[in-house]
Amino acid sequence: MKQQDDYYLRELLYQLADDNFILAYRGSEWLGLAPHIEEDVAFSSINQDMMGHAVMYYSLLEEIGSGNMDDLSHSRKPQNFRNAILLELKNGSGHYLENPDYDWAFTVARNFLFSVFKQNRLEALTQSSYEPLKQTAVKILSEHYYHFMHWETWFTQLMASTKEARERMEQAILRCWKEFAGVISLGMYSAELSKRKLITSEADLRKAWLDRIENVFQKLKFRIEEPPGMESGNGRNGEHTNDLTEALKVLNEVYGGDKEAVSW
Amino acid sequence: MQMSFTQLTEKEKYDHFMERIENNEKIEASDWMPEDYRKALIRLISMHGVSEIMGALPEKEWVPKAPTLKRKLAIMAKVQDEMGHGQLLLRVVEDLIKPYGKNREHILHDLFSKKLKFHNVFHMPAPSWGDAAIIAWLVDGAAILTQTMMLHTSYGPYGRALKRICQEESFHAKHGESLTLALAAGTKKQKEMLQGALDRWWESLLTFFGPKSKKETGHSNVDINLKYKLRTKTNEQLRQEFLSKYVPKIELLGLTIPDENLHFNENTQEWHYTEPDWQNFKIIVSGNGPESDARIALRKTSYQNSQWVRDALCVYKEAVNEFVS
Repeated sequence: MKQQDDYYLRELLYQLADDNFILAYRGSEWLGLAPHIEEDVAFSSINQDMMGHAVMYYSLLEEIGSGNMDDLSHSRKPQNFRNAILLELKNGSGHYLENPDYDWAFTVARNFLFSVFKQNRLEALTQSSYEPLKQTAVKILSEHYYHFMHWETWFTQLMASTKEARERMEQAILRCWKEFAGVISLGMYSAELSKRKLITSEADLRKAWLDRIENVFQKLKFRIEEPPGMESGNGRNGEHTNDLTEALKVLNEVYGGDKEAVSW
Repeated sequence: MQMSFTQLTEKEKYDHFMERIENNEKIEASDWMPEDYRKALIRLISMHGVSEIMGALPEKEWVPKAPTLKRKLAIMAKVQDEMGHGQLLLRVVEDLIKPYGKNREHILHDLFSKKLKFHNVFHMPAPSWGDAAIIAWLVDGAAILTQTMMLHTSYGPYGRALKRICQEESFHAKHGESLTLALAAGTKKQKEMLQGALDRWWESLLTFFGPKSKKETGHSNVDINLKYKLRTKTNEQLRQEFLSKYVPKIELLGLTIPDENLHFNENTQEWHYTEPDWQNFKIIVSGNGPESDARIALRKTSYQNSQWVRDALCVYKEAVNEFVS
């Protein structure tokens, strides 16, 4: 059933591509606003890498005939996006060009928790039954290693410093926790994806993530009793917030602004 | 017995310094230097440094909006480079202001209070994707001319930073050229977008290099910069170079330069152009251009909002140091 196989593969590739695409976008909104100039340089490098990861996944979609990768990333409707809701949420109040009141604690918590998950997911993908995906995962892992280190450093430092930083971080972690099950989720086709060995099971991903996170939390004398939640819905099934709709308008403003244009 | 350098009189130190300048030697951060040399360097390099950082803001507007994935990646890389240049240059300034008991914090506060100026072009609005193209192609193109001239500057640390900056800027100009070419060969709407941006940026590009002499704005630092070999060309020489390099290219693309008087005078071998409004230039660089307040506010507010982060990092560093000792 080649056709059906492709359908499930597509679902997975959209999850992978959209996660990276939307989080790289959120990161790029910080440009020029990071806590110090060194971080501005490092963070924008990470965002650029992540946008590059999105491009790699979109090009796998292009290869299996899903359409042109610029259309895939810019012109799809929000309900066709498969990223986790946590990754689409705004960095804070305000707009990236006007009165941005961005929350660095939320950015660090979100990126750290996600980068642990991304590490696990990439490791799992190196065993994927789909060869091109396997190769892509190996490539991305080599870059992700540094991103992971970056966010681990920030996370540890802010958790083990002033009282204010600790409080802000704990609040931010809880906020992410309420949505994190949506990151772990493989969506409504979860069983088909692991049956075809495209990726390991959701249960394995969940356990691997929790093990690593609990280990980090323990070192920092922090714990959360309740399991991660999915308060705003499951992005893997096309449920999204208005934050995504607004983000896509910005991302598509120029590309969608001239339908006759053949080249940019 | 050989006399040590510290025993020399101020006059002898100065003569020795000028001899080094005349011999095209490079001055290093820890070398003795006259006060006005140090001040000229601080003025020049801190302005260059914060201009790179403030220059990221108008382009940042277009980072998420860049039309394709490829363009998004390219502009992300470019703006990151600009930030990196800012960081590199501020490190150079930090060494120079150390004897005054100052650090980066002071540089940023001077920026917020408008005491420290940044380049005129970065006070201007960039309302369309065409502006992103024109900035990358022509503003970066103009910057390359200035910076290439400075490569042989007498101050070693600045020259070395510029070497790397120039290499990266040449990629930016190529990126800008590619954006411009795509729009120039595109639909009517794309062409209009590009022409609109050129119309908006032309005067800023002319003023980019600064006034011809004190006459235009009542003040110039060119003389002292030439004396100390911080630079080797005048503002007007650079402007002429810019016009020679870019006017033919702009015209070749079918764009119209918004200056009816612009022409090359064969007799004088010089470009003739309508004199830009230098009074307006003065207003802009003193921090009162169309976007000055908004961009400074963006930078200032974000800096204040993240004060808790920098405080936390200091405490963490102290705690680690204590632990290690």
